[in-house]
Amino acid sequence: MENDKTADLISKPLNVINIGLEGFATELKQQGVSVTHVDWSPPAGGDPKIADLLSKLGT
Amino acid sequence: MKLIEKANQKALSRMLSADPVLIDVIPASEAIPDLKSHMILHAGPPIAWENMCGPMQGAIAGIAKFEGWSNSLEDAFEKAAAGAFDFHPNHHFDAVGPMTGMTTISQPLMVVENRKFGNKAYCALNEGLGKVMRFGGNDDSVLERLSWLRDDFGPAFGKALRSGDGIPLKHLVARGLTMGDEMHQRNVACSGLILRELAPALARTSSDNEELAKILAFIGGNDQFFLNVGMAMGKAIMDPVRGIEGSSVVTAMCRNGTEFGIRVSGTGDQWFTAPVEMPEGLYFPGYTEADANPDMGDSTIVETIGLGGFAMGASPAVAGFVGAGAASDAGNFTRTMSEITTGENPEWTIPAMDYLGVPTGIDIRMVLDTGLAPTINTGIAHKEPGVGQVGAGVVRAPMKCFEQALIAFAESVGVK
Repeated sequence: MENDKTADLISKPLNVINIGLEGFATELKQQGVSVTHVDWSPPAGGDPKIADLLSKLGT
Repeated sequence: MKLIEKANQKALSRMLSADPVLIDVIPASEAIPDLKSHMILHAGPPIAWENMCGPMQGAIAGIAKFEGWSNSLEDAFEKAAAGAFDFHPNHHFDAVGPMTGMTTISQPLMVVENRKFGNKAYCALNEGLGKVMRFGGNDDSVLERLSWLRDDFGPAFGKALRSGDGIPLKHLVARGLTMGDEMHQRNVACSGLILRELAPALARTSSDNEELAKILAFIGGNDQFFLNVGMAMGKAIMDPVRGIEGSSVVTAMCRNGTEFGIRVSGTGDQWFTAPVEMPEGLYFPGYTEADANPDMGDSTIVETIGLGGFAMGASPAVAGFVGAGAASDAGNFTRTMSEITTGENPEWTIPAMDYLGVPTGIDIRMVLDTGLAPTINTGIAHKEPGVGQVGAGVVRAPMKCFEQALIAFAESVGVK
């Protein structure tokens, strides 16, 4: 079942949402794929100590 | 945490209820009694002479000569290096100053009173464009202009202000936003508006038509005249926000050309510093990025209150001037800054953004959570002393300041 869905997905034109690294979006755009890029990075740039404090302090 | 949310609402409330009024211009020695001979206040967090950038050292040499503490620029450089002058941040004396931010005893300072809380803040007069001390200029033309500001312009300006009840600034800034100013790199509207307020009082209190004409022409010819007024206003708004237990709102951002510094309400007057960044922008003809000095000045107090880069959407023209992209992109800067602030200012709105209030009350937690550093519109000084402004651009506050601040803030509320 899953395989059928996957096959179905790639047999049609793709609409991609890319989150994080913009390079993936750029590559797909160059191949004519429709891409919406979401500019996202981990909280605190991935610093675990700061991320831990943020989770305790709340936002 | 409820403590933090409550404290931040208190901080925002103090910002929004401020009532800043420009009331006087007086010599710095009167405004700041603790300011003594051979003391030099500078922009940014504390810094020693040997760590200062070229324009900062150039301005110090110039102001030392201006005050009569040195008989030449060379002599001033030697004396400064030998420890003859005491250096302190403007922020430690209720003051702010643009770019190099020189404040010394004889300079005239504008006085902005926050009538809601009774505190006062100070800023020197804007010298105009071109070769000026705030960009490190220090030749005879710079010192002559400073002398005129001290001996003629400042006293006349102060007399005119004292003849009335002062100039309320909140409404004036609100009008300026609707006229295309963001109050950091574009002050054309507010400079014109304040001239309209001042001109009758200047005319009534002046006995010399030629001098009056010179004063009016000086203000009218300086598109950035209001910047220093807005800075004193910003300091007057933010000082009552200092020291609210549990508040993660930024109360000051400033740069000394070497380091960027921030203060956070809940951690009192502690500075959190990191190496300052280089603005990205546009350069005047004949200059390039290779000529530029890193970011500098106390003028980021306007971003701290929601103007400047935070109000870019009000000022599409400035987006082009600072090289921030297309005019249609200006609103994106404001929307982005809304993601790191506690609220909006309902009295300072942007018509072109459906009257969105400017983003107000920078929360260090949101800065770090989103990875969005405050956007600052800034002038760019030449890296060598004595040259002056070479461009304008946009710079981001360094994340390291916010990381340090968060660790100290967490400790202040008992979180480890």
